[in-house]
Amino acid sequence: MTQVKLSVNGKEMSAEVEGRTLLVEVLRDKLGLTGTHVGCDTSQCGACTVHVNGRSMKSCSVLALDVAGAEVTTIEGMANPDGSLSVIQAAFKEHHGLQCGFCTPGMVMTAAALLKENPKPSEAEVRAYLEGNICRCTGYHNIVKAILAASGQDVAAIAAE
Amino acid sequence: MYNFDFTRPSSIKDAVAAIGAGGQALSGGQTLIPTMKARLAMPETLVSLTGIQEMKGICTNDAGQICIGAATTHAEVAREVAKSYPALSDLAGHIGDPAVRNRGTIGGSLANNDPSACYPSAVLGSGAIVKTNAREIAADDFFQGMFTTALEEGEIITEVKFPVPQKANYQKFVQPASRFALVGVFVAKFADGVRVAVTGASGEGVFRWTEAEAALSKDFSAAALDGVAAPSADGMISDLHGTGAYRAHLVKVMTARAVAAA
Ligand SMILES: Cc1cc2nc3c(=O)[nH]c(=O)nc-3n(C[C@H](O)[C@H](O)[C@H](O)COP(=O)(O)OP(=O)(O)OC[C@H]3O[C@@H](n4cnc5c(N)ncnc54)[C@H](O)[C@@H]3O)c2cc1C
Ligand code: FES
Ligand code: FES
Repeated sequence: MTQVKLSVNGKEMSAEVEGRTLLVEVLRDKLGLTGTHVGCDTSQCGACTVHVNGRSMKSCSVLALDVAGAEVTTIEGMANPDGSLSVIQAAFKEHHGLQCGFCTPGMVMTAAALLKENPKPSEAEVRAYLEGNICRCTGYHNIVKAILAASGQDVAAIAAE
Repeated sequence: MYNFDFTRPSSIKDAVAAIGAGGQALSGGQTLIPTMKARLAMPETLVSLTGIQEMKGICTNDAGQICIGAATTHAEVAREVAKSYPALSDLAGHIGDPAVRNRGTIGGSLANNDPSACYPSAVLGSGAIVKTNAREIAADDFFQGMFTTALEEGEIITEVKFPVPQKANYQKFVQPASRFALVGVFVAKFADGVRVAVTGASGEGVFRWTEAEAALSKDFSAAALDGVAAPSADGMISDLHGTGAYRAHLVKVMTARAVAAA
């Protein structure tokens, strides 16, 4: 066992890990941050998406020791400091961007990464950026709408399909 | 996943020593970690290349070649060469999805030489040079069939050097479930001729379509391909996503699109 140190949502944390311990296992099993989900465990679905040093990654496909010392942001770090929902989270709620909610943490983390790179994306750009995030409930339409709304664009004209 | 020892050296020299002592290289892990979860690979020691600064980043050398460190991510390549080599940037920017691009690396992709991977077509199509800890290998010698390369046991890719063509384009027919190329064609026009490299199609992995190269070197237009027969379907990959004949047909279609878009 080796000690791994990470800065998670702005707090210094450490955990005992093996070589094979995945970043998502540290987050969920060692640090109790169960907001990050494991859907496929094969790098396909994006439910486990977190930010590592500001970039989105699939935490089921990253070894904890390989990102030792990194700054990690999870869904637990997305709310405003006073605990209210962030703009993206509020938009998902407002526009029904979730049903069962299993994919939602990964969707929100991916949406945040997109809006940081591209603050006013087109609908096509949103859809392309979500390529690695699978949702088995919503049909994506309201997720796309929520992200466009979070970017400050008018979505009144986008009908629910 | 079976357990293993993990090291993260900070120099090429230390990495080569650790791999020589029986370790396996780990770069972005976007192929290797899923493979290890499936227990199709069981290394005793993993040697991470992600902490080696001399293997990261992009520059242009005196010969005008774009030099990309082997541990550079797809996302960085997409951002950094957008102006200097747009076709390469576009290819890198359409590998998998954003999270895969933030982790996966050019060195890992080339060492793996998946028959449906994108980068091998850019490297072969550009006539790039694969630099390792020991030598420089021309693209024409590097790829040796599905999942097979010229790399010796314990040899690692450290850099890839791309000559920049006058015009180039990559056309990828996406296999929507895996997001790899069902067929991908990289076309590059240089002063001394045209190179056409095809991925996703052949059971032997990436290959050069020499008949198309000859026609396009005389006349760089989609119409120049009218008189060229599609490559033979023999030896093309046939699976539930498409037959060999379908892939052979796509090779010609995607080549014409790449020429038109270049
Ligand atoms: C959902 C998904 C979609 C994808 N879609 C695409 C796609 O559309 N197109 C595409 O081309 N790829 C695609 N990929 C593959 C992706 O690009 C991988 O990142 C890449 O193939 C492997 O690179 P890596 O850095 O992750 O290597 P790793 O997984 O770390 O390593 C792969 C292999 O190469 C060896 N290796 C790594 N680095 C070196 C080196 N420098 N020298 C020698 N050996 C080395 C390792 O030992 C291992 O055997 C996809 C992957 C996923 C998970
Ligand atoms: S759980 Fe990581 S991609 Fe599905
Ligand atoms: S809301 Fe159920 S998987 Fe997306």
